[in-house]
Amino acid sequence: MTCANHTSLPVLNAKDFTTDQDVRWCPGCGDYAILTCVRKVLPKLPFRKEDFVFVSGIGCAARFPYYMDTFGVHSIHGRAPAVATGVKLANPDLHVVVVSGDGDLLSIGGNHTMHAMRRNLDFTILLLNNKIYGLTKGQYSPTSEFGKVTATTPFGSIDYPINPISLAVACGCTFIARSIDIDMKHLSVVIQRAIEHKGTSFVEIYQDCNIFNHQAWFYASQKDTKADATIFLEHGKPLIFGKDRDKGIRFHQGKMEIVELGNGVTESDLIVHDETDHSLAFLYAQMSHPQFPEPLGIIHANPDKPTYDTLVQKQIKASFERHGEPDLQTLINGNDTWEIK
Amino acid sequence: MTPQPTQTPTEPTTLDSVVIRFCGDSGDGMQLTGGQFTDTSAFLGNDFATLPDYPAEIRAPRGTMFGVSGFQVHFSSHDIFTPGDTVNALVAMNPAGLKANIEDVQPGGIVIVNEDEFNTTNLKKCGYPQDYNPLLDEQLTSNFTLVCVPMSRLTREALTESDIGAKAVDRCRNMFALGIVYWLYERPIESSVRYFEEVFGKAKSKPEIAEININALKAGYYFGETAELFPSRYRVLPATHPPGLYRRISGNKATELGLVAAAQKANKKIVYASYPITPASDIIHGLSHLKHFGVKTFQAEDEIAAVCAAIGASFAGDIGITGTSGPGVALKSEAMGLAVMLELPLVVVSVQRAGPATGMPTKTEQADLLQSFFGRPGESPCIVIAPCSPSDCFMMAIEAVRLALLHMCPVIFMSDAYLANGAEPWLIPDMNDIPPIEVTHPAPLTSPGEDFLPYKRDLETLTREWAIPGTAGYEHRVGGLEKQAETGNVSYDPDNHHEMVRIREEKVARAVKTIPPLEVRGPDSGDALVLGWGGTFGSITTAVDQLRAEGRSVSSAHLRYINPFPSNLGEVLSRFKTVIIPEINLGQLRMLIRARFLIDAIGINVMRGRPFNVEYLTQRISEIMDDSSKGQDR
Repeated sequence: MTCANHTSLPVLNAKDFTTDQDVRWCPGCGDYAILTCVRKVLPKLPFRKEDFVFVSGIGCAARFPYYMDTFGVHSIHGRAPAVATGVKLANPDLHVVVVSGDGDLLSIGGNHTMHAMRRNLDFTILLLNNKIYGLTKGQYSPTSEFGKVTATTPFGSIDYPINPISLAVACGCTFIARSIDIDMKHLSVVIQRAIEHKGTSFVEIYQDCNIFNHQAWFYASQKDTKADATIFLEHGKPLIFGKDRDKGIRFHQGKMEIVELGNGVTESDLIVHDETDHSLAFLYAQMSHPQFPEPLGIIHANPDKPTYDTLVQKQIKASFERHGEPDLQTLINGNDTWEIK
Repeated sequence: MTPQPTQTPTEPTTLDSVVIRFCGDSGDGMQLTGGQFTDTSAFLGNDFATLPDYPAEIRAPRGTMFGVSGFQVHFSSHDIFTPGDTVNALVAMNPAGLKANIEDVQPGGIVIVNEDEFNTTNLKKCGYPQDYNPLLDEQLTSNFTLVCVPMSRLTREALTESDIGAKAVDRCRNMFALGIVYWLYERPIESSVRYFEEVFGKAKSKPEIAEININALKAGYYFGETAELFPSRYRVLPATHPPGLYRRISGNKATELGLVAAAQKANKKIVYASYPITPASDIIHGLSHLKHFGVKTFQAEDEIAAVCAAIGASFAGDIGITGTSGPGVALKSEAMGLAVMLELPLVVVSVQRAGPATGMPTKTEQADLLQSFFGRPGESPCIVIAPCSPSDCFMMAIEAVRLALLHMCPVIFMSDAYLANGAEPWLIPDMNDIPPIEVTHPAPLTSPGEDFLPYKRDLETLTREWAIPGTAGYEHRVGGLEKQAETGNVSYDPDNHHEMVRIREEKVARAVKTIPPLEVRGPDSGDALVLGWGGTFGSITTAVDQLRAEGRSVSSAHLRYINPFPSNLGEVLSRFKTVIIPEINLGQLRMLIRARFLIDAIGINVMRGRPFNVEYLTQRISEIMDDSSKGQDR
């Protein structure tokens, strides 16, 4: 067991979290920015370096642990949340971060992602969503848009995509956020909050695959479109967006709608973001481009739900209190013995 | 065993051993009845072996053939190794039970039936022709000692004073039947009375249920005494067991306890991650109560998550264990390969059942041996061990953990449905006699030193160091991609891969140094050696002992360590003219033995979802030996 309460932690920087391994992503890949961001965030946290464990599945994003000078497991396709669960069962004091892609965490590993969030295991899941299979050379992924032409869908994909935020909301995930690779400042804040959160923290990161799916997120990343295509959520603030911050989201007849501010519509008419409100998270999950600006930021955070890790420890403690010091011989003997003399 | 009167007809007939099978509908409580009879016999000092035989359906339609549940107990005044081939006394609570089991009863054997259940509806349900009642069939009445008892009616009458519902009263029929059998075999009812008082009376706070069961039991016993249904009572004297404290133990219980003992001996915590599957689920049921022993159980969302969680737990410093059956092992195989690559301890408990696919989930088989050897992509060696009896599961579970920790690799523990559910008396070992299991992790670095090399090996065992998260200075990455020797960095170098494949193989091969040599039962050379593995120990030993007693030159040997094979296996095999390998599969160990030792071993292969029939085994071994001595073409 490690001790979480350290009086003096060494001052670290991003370099301390950098391995000697060459990073082998394609030049221009969105993963670089995310890696840099994570390396910069970790030294800011009041945790010991040796208590971090990075766990990944398979895919481009899943190479992440090799580049982080922490403990790490590059596991098998889709299973990172299950491996991370085992790590936390063994040692709940560790700070575990799962990093993988949309194919890994939502397709082959969708089951594990869902159950980790449902159980509220205390770890972070960074879902690097590039809406494509990169490592296997460009097949459509579970987040690819309907009609997408890829190596396996020459006539267009007939799969309806999954919305990762919807899934997280449905699973009762206690921390749900979304950010984008090119906005390092925003991404840093979101990742830091995610790792600090007690419980499963799920972060969808829009990530550009500049080889197989370049421009997939341009609407949310490019100067001329992003202000209208995204909306930054801030706890306690009204939902305002647009280049001139002249548009907002309000409830009208039980539905969300976009309104222009002015002409009698004021900020007080708009929805005020409350990250603790789970029902708002359901609505945010439905906001998608181009009908709505897509929410970025902390969509939902509930630090009060007990984590799986603490519940496990609680049952162990209760078991000790009930049974006292365990005696192996008594256990092995059982209740029904007979003696032969 | 044919009853032989010892003194006067009124005196009990003494028998060496008896096989009783209780059978009825899956809701008739046959497992409880058989369990009670076994416990009582254990307290009397008999040796015993049991075989529960139940359907996968929890409550199949009442009265149908596929709803028949049975429990066989073999008890004796000498050492026995099997639950018995032929049944000396059958208790059938309904027509389907009779129909499904009568062919296993020895000619002249006792057949006790609940005649109230032999009505038109029930007879039709189990497919008897219209207007046919087997109880009136001369075939049955002349071949067996048929005893028809209106158990349903008599139980109701015995419990008329109880104001509890008719349904609960009817559920006590099994205890009425047990009472009759207790009387017939001179067993006291006290042990069962105590059981009902303690379990139903106290633990479950249902004293009224305890009371009616006890009353039904007594009523059955007195009925046996007064009704003069049987020509004689039977007596089976206590066996001469070595002195000590004993308990009844099933294979799954022994596995559970062995894993806990191993963890205690290693001073480690267990993470037992599992997905419910017959016949392995009892292990997680049992372990989930033992949190105060440092046991963490995790019911995963699927088989793959279970093994992956076990691997994650091992990475973080606990002992990762996953338990399943063949279909689950299939799902786990990719992750088991990951554990081979990560070189972390992992125990996979595989309680085999009849396959393929869903197969016969409650029936036994040994057809997953090659799966455990080869069922993974790439060259992916695992240690494979197999307990040989229900109680042996205890020591072999400790061995599984010891080997996984010592050799930093997956160990597959091959139990089976027969071992898992079968039970026998067990001389409880003194826990102080079990040696500690040494485990070391590198201690934190206090000052910056050399870089940690995660794949640097111990020169003797070839294992790597187990550095766990939370240890300063030992940050390192492991993964499924091929490792560079020593650094553990990703490597596609051809020579490195060639070398690493060989090292992983050699590491497992070196486990042979700490496993015991194969022992031969009987002379250590001769005409034939009957070689087995796993759950067939009892039937093979009984058959071969019998043949040797008849003067044949035959010995037996049983493999409990299968990969690597014990170091003396080849030499042992070479001392016999013929090697015979009985297996409940199509010859999987035989294939391995032939491949490794170029020995033309002969198989005996029966896949009926049950342990070998000893009589059949004896006959086949005999035939094979006769053929070999004649030099016939095989």
